[in-house]
Amino acid sequence: MTIQTHPIEDHGLLRFLTCGSVDDGKSTLIGRLLFDSKAILADTLTAIEKTSLKRGMEQVDLSLLTDGLQAEREQGITIDVAYRYFTTGIRKYIIADAPGHEQYTRNMVTAASTADLAVILVDARKGVITQTRRHSYLAHLVGIPHLVVAVNKMDLVNYDQSVFEKIRSEYLAFAEQLGIKDVRFIPLSALKGDMVVERGENLPWYQGQTLMEILETATTAHDEHVEAFRLPVQYVCRPQDSTNPELHDYRGFMGRVESGSIKVGERVTVLPSGLSSTVKAIELGGQSLPEALTEQSVTILLDDEIDISRGDMLVRATELPNQTKQIETTVCWLSETPLDKSRTYLIRHTTRETKAKIASIPYRVDVNSLERQAVNGLSMNDIAVVNFKLAQPLFTDSYRDNRSTGAFIVIDESTNNTVGAGMIGLIDSANSDQRDAA
Amino acid sequence: MTKPLSHLDWLEAEAIHILREVAGQCSNPVLLFSGGKDSICLLRLAEKAFRPGRFPFPLLHVDTGHNYAEVVEFRDRRAAELGERLIVRSVEDSMKRGTVVLKHPNESRNKHQSVTLLEAIEEFGFDACIGGARRDEEKARAKERIMSFRDEFGQWDPKNQRPELWSLYNARSHKGENIRAFPISNWTELDVWQYIQREGLELPSIYFAHTRPIVMRKGAMQPVTAVTPALAGEEVVNLQVRFRTVGDITCTAPVLSDADTVDKIIAETATTTITERGATRLDDQASEAAMEQRKKEGYF
Repeated sequence: MTIQTHPIEDHGLLRFLTCGSVDDGKSTLIGRLLFDSKAILADTLTAIEKTSLKRGMEQVDLSLLTDGLQAEREQGITIDVAYRYFTTGIRKYIIADAPGHEQYTRNMVTAASTADLAVILVDARKGVITQTRRHSYLAHLVGIPHLVVAVNKMDLVNYDQSVFEKIRSEYLAFAEQLGIKDVRFIPLSALKGDMVVERGENLPWYQGQTLMEILETATTAHDEHVEAFRLPVQYVCRPQDSTNPELHDYRGFMGRVESGSIKVGERVTVLPSGLSSTVKAIELGGQSLPEALTEQSVTILLDDEIDISRGDMLVRATELPNQTKQIETTVCWLSETPLDKSRTYLIRHTTRETKAKIASIPYRVDVNSLERQAVNGLSMNDIAVVNFKLAQPLFTDSYRDNRSTGAFIVIDESTNNTVGAGMIGLIDSANSDQRDAA
Repeated sequence: MTKPLSHLDWLEAEAIHILREVAGQCSNPVLLFSGGKDSICLLRLAEKAFRPGRFPFPLLHVDTGHNYAEVVEFRDRRAAELGERLIVRSVEDSMKRGTVVLKHPNESRNKHQSVTLLEAIEEFGFDACIGGARRDEEKARAKERIMSFRDEFGQWDPKNQRPELWSLYNARSHKGENIRAFPISNWTELDVWQYIQREGLELPSIYFAHTRPIVMRKGAMQPVTAVTPALAGEEVVNLQVRFRTVGDITCTAPVLSDADTVDKIIAETATTTITERGATRLDDQASEAAMEQRKKEGYF
């Protein structure tokens, strides 16, 4: 009995991020994807037709579909990530749309944290610019497995193949430096609709997939390599007060499989106690499952009575995470209030929380030049290597191996704000050669 | 490497995870249940998250007193079937207390729900309210957090929201402050209907096509009810309609439809040409900024 049903052809759900500024045609590209995949409804279209007309434009300006953020930015109100949705019938998409300007590193990191794929827009007339490098660096830093470089505005360079090829070789040289492996290139015109959903007739020399074809077939982050089983316990179900005597001894350990999978009958180890038991049953919505899959929220029952509470983690004894009170991390500072090295912060990692002190900040990375710089504190949008000392142990993997057990947030207890985003391990590979040489 | 979950399984797993985070992080949460389709999905998700245990929160409905009888009946029956505690607080009580003052007797009570909700939050000391809002409903919701922070006055400050990364939710609050948690943020109207179909969820009858007396007012269909009688000179016609959203009678319009089953509604939704709120919410059309303004004031 399984609840996995793939009715016709269900490629599940893909989360992706679009990086670029309005000048690169990002809003137009999103608008084009929504429009050509028929995800725009009539009243929305009527509204943007009106606005287009008011602004003296002859054709519908698709960028107005995502204009909410834009208008706000001009007014200096909210600068943020907006989420948009569309479906093609075989796959559902969540687009994270973050403003592309320099000061918004934090928004891009936020949007990127849940993305499986990033579309990096390059204006064919401008080629690879500082912003392209910054976006690529951040997308890579946050571990997005697939990058798609969309060379947009091909209509403005007469659909010239040599322009596209030049941008591709420039980008590849830079990508190699960063250690980016999976990157693909598409020439397109979001304005005219070439190679977005439809192929159009202007790019006969390009034989590769359209953007939509890439989106329809891209694998999600968890499908990249075999991951260790990790289930952080969120909640323990003990319905002792139930009138049903069968439930008196029921202890269900509830949580989401953050990575890997586990089957009934397998041995698991509970952290931090280190005690082991066998999986007696896996339940979801009153049904028994033979196996719990990655990203599934389940309830696990064990053969032995072990004391387990929220914040504990179920793993396999053969693939233990690090159990540590010191972590070397890469942090993006999110708060307008700078980091204060003398303060104690709270770190939330999986379902655990611990107090943390800053042991050292070896360096900051300039997201434009990728240079390392000595720093004393961190300001909003800074990316830096930070070493923490922890009051309680965490069960960690390196972020490169596991985007769930390698990630954490930093909370300021005085305001309860989320002030930092952290990734465990040295994942800034930009200048690794230099580091090795030093 | 495992086969990816279908999109509904993924959305379900995410929502269960969020519900369990609220239960794990907050000391006194509540789930807002109106009898509408989104909160009906929330109840099924709560069953999947917490059964065979009881829900770690009661259900709360803020009743304007202007709800369709079918929906109120459904609300009470569903809560009883689940064996969970349902708290009802009414805008009429707030009016009696004098904390809600209508500009005129016919003013819609919809926006005044915020006052009654805040009073209930204070009365019970709730530190988190779980709601069925979705980001696809409206522009101002597209950037809403899954855990949305409200200050002591229930205000949503767009400048003071916590960044949300990975699936690490921060539902911490100080005394008097409040978190609004939206487990189905990432669902669309179509997802909701597909989930209702897959799970075989029961809905109030007014979601399905039925014949009802209607007057046309400012281009929208206004159902003729005791609360919203036809005005002098208005022509009452019987039309076959269904509701896409269910809320206060004074501000929820039906759509013309002959879809009388979930399957037909899904077919209609998949090919619909008008957004859910565009079609049915009489109150949002005033201005694009209408929703954002109401949210700042504590509206759900």
